[in-house]
Amino acid sequence: MYRIKHKEILNVDVELMIVEAPFVAKNAQPGNFLIVRVDESGERIPLTIVENNETDVTIVYQKLGYSTTLLSKKQIGEELFDVVGPLGKSSHIRDVKCVLGIAGGVGAAPLFPQLKEYANQGIIVDLVIGGRTKEHLILVEKYKEFCRNIYYATDDGSFGTKGFVTQVAEELYQTTTYDLSIAIGPLIMMKNCVALNKKYNVLTDVSLNPIMIDGTGMCGNCRVTINNKTFFACVDGPDFPADGIDFEELMSKQQYYKEEESHICRMKLGKE
Amino acid sequence: MKKERTIMPVQHPEIRNKNFLEVALGLNLGLAKIEASRCLDCKNPRCVPACPVSIDIPAFIKNINEENIEEAYFTIYKSNILPAICGRVCPQEKQCERACILAIKSESVSIGALERFVGDYALEHELKIEECILENNIKVAIVGSGPAGISAAASLRRLGYSVDVYEALHEFGGVLKYGIPDFRLPKDIVDLEIEKATNMGVHFHKNIIIGKSITIDQLFDEYGYKSIFLGNGAGLPKSLGVPGENLTGVYFANEFLTRVNLMKARDFPNTPTPVRIGQNVAVVGGGNVAIDAARTAKRLGAKNVFILYRRDMDALPARLEEVHHAIEEGIDFRLLLNPVEFSGENYSVKEVKCEIMELGEPDSSGRRRPMPTGKYKTFKIDSSIISIGQSPNPILKSATPNLETDSRGRIVVNDYQTSIPGVFAGGDVVSGAATVILAMGAGKEAAVEMDNYIKNNN
Repeated sequence: MYRIKHKEILNVDVELMIVEAPFVAKNAQPGNFLIVRVDESGERIPLTIVENNETDVTIVYQKLGYSTTLLSKKQIGEELFDVVGPLGKSSHIRDVKCVLGIAGGVGAAPLFPQLKEYANQGIIVDLVIGGRTKEHLILVEKYKEFCRNIYYATDDGSFGTKGFVTQVAEELYQTTTYDLSIAIGPLIMMKNCVALNKKYNVLTDVSLNPIMIDGTGMCGNCRVTINNKTFFACVDGPDFPADGIDFEELMSKQQYYKEEESHICRMKLGKE
Repeated sequence: MKKERTIMPVQHPEIRNKNFLEVALGLNLGLAKIEASRCLDCKNPRCVPACPVSIDIPAFIKNINEENIEEAYFTIYKSNILPAICGRVCPQEKQCERACILAIKSESVSIGALERFVGDYALEHELKIEECILENNIKVAIVGSGPAGISAAASLRRLGYSVDVYEALHEFGGVLKYGIPDFRLPKDIVDLEIEKATNMGVHFHKNIIIGKSITIDQLFDEYGYKSIFLGNGAGLPKSLGVPGENLTGVYFANEFLTRVNLMKARDFPNTPTPVRIGQNVAVVGGGNVAIDAARTAKRLGAKNVFILYRRDMDALPARLEEVHHAIEEGIDFRLLLNPVEFSGENYSVKEVKCEIMELGEPDSSGRRRPMPTGKYKTFKIDSSIISIGQSPNPILKSATPNLETDSRGRIVVNDYQTSIPGVFAGGDVVSGAATVILAMGAGKEAAVEMDNYIKNNN
């Protein structure tokens, strides 16, 4: 069980795997996620189900910390210790005409199944995709299969506009009308997208990935404050309408174990 | 006959509050025999009906007296396949031991300690019971591998059913694994006890979330199960609903305990899941989970761990022995205090403000109701652990709209039968968070109802 059938290096930080996990794959819907444990004592790592068929799931991960680095050491033919899912609510597909997807970095992975689902339902979808460099623009070929237009932004200007996805989106809003934007990426990017979209009266959906343990509504680690109400990202999300989300709180929560994370990386991987 | 009960040896408080090894060390044969000799072997034993799974208590104690520990184990095993667990975590003082006739004039027999002794003996000597099971080749599914699920699984297996247990997490045991700490219930004991159900022929499947990985309809239609037992427990933490509860450093007990117990964060960085608790820790609540959380925080190195509870000491719902142990270990009980606000800087908790309470007239629980006084007290903290109870897990319900639940999310049952024909439920998912043994009792009784249902419908 949980055999790695395919692995692809998308760039120096990000990789893709296709894993055999029939109990996750069978009922998976766009927006669902799964939890992976690499080995017997492994952390539970939540990852979006990017694609699936009856038996296999596709995941994309960034080698950010200790556990994702361990995951990246696994090769085709090897097995993962645990894969469980599908978790989370499936994406709520809104009744809209024209959607702008905004992806930042590895956020292009969780955005993919949602945006594709909109396209499958005959809705026009455009994409703004951003990353540090040209290499950090991931899944572009797959997006081309169903996006009307794709716009690019890189921090270093190695491809598309030099700058942020918000700049590209703002330019687009001068000429094109969207009734929904789905923004997925770093918290600060999502926060800025929400502010921009408000200005242009575009509705925003986001997908959140706070720290989780069980992913089934038990631990409450993933709580999110939205308009002063508490939600659990694992069972009430991970997709949420962005209006009223306390992004500052989420950013603070994401930093909570930063010291521990660098400690274990230094100790066990010899890296900062 | 010895008048006082035999005292079980324990680790010294100042040593044990720095390690995760078991606190209570168990009786040896000599001590067990002395304690067993205190049993009057009543003609109409009051302890047996006070046990949720009706263990023949006088019989197994008699077996100990006769130094036939193997037989004592078989006696218990008939009613309860997890004696090493129940001997440790049952609230005996509210059940069998409270009913014991000796308790009227002196102290009851230490039934729990004796049960644990027998359970441990069986594990140590690898006692195995080859049960003769007549296969009926009818498939039943159990949702959840906690106490309710294991108990239902064992009972159904004995009736000849082919039993599959589905567990959402990556280890079996439910709350026995993620909730109860090792110093009260070592995890290798949980694994060894569950192995007995495996030996019986029960099949366990991890990483499967019923309602998501497989739906209830799929269990019936695609997998061919004739009946399903829901024992998926109460894992959804209740919140205080006060300002500042989402600041970093404010944990729900479930998260804190799951990190330390299931994910073994106490061994970080040897294990990769971390936990951070700081020096001053306020635990909110007075139940077993609160006491477990407080003692765990202490063991992780917190200097000042205090329990904030809105009633007084007599009203604490926690198991008595654990409260005593917690006090010995230096846990401070700050009573008649009700948290009303957490505050902090940069989204990180720094203070908890509590309203001072006083006791009024008894409420529906029979305990004196805590009344607000309008006076407040504030404590500086590095973290807080909210342990004021759990509601049933929400996933199965949201995936199964025709499963009737009440306003508190508990599955509605009639003789363990839910609103879906063939689907039964028991344990915390029905009662709300309660005890291991009540869940086991429910699993056992539900199995009988499932057997009747299958016989009447096939």
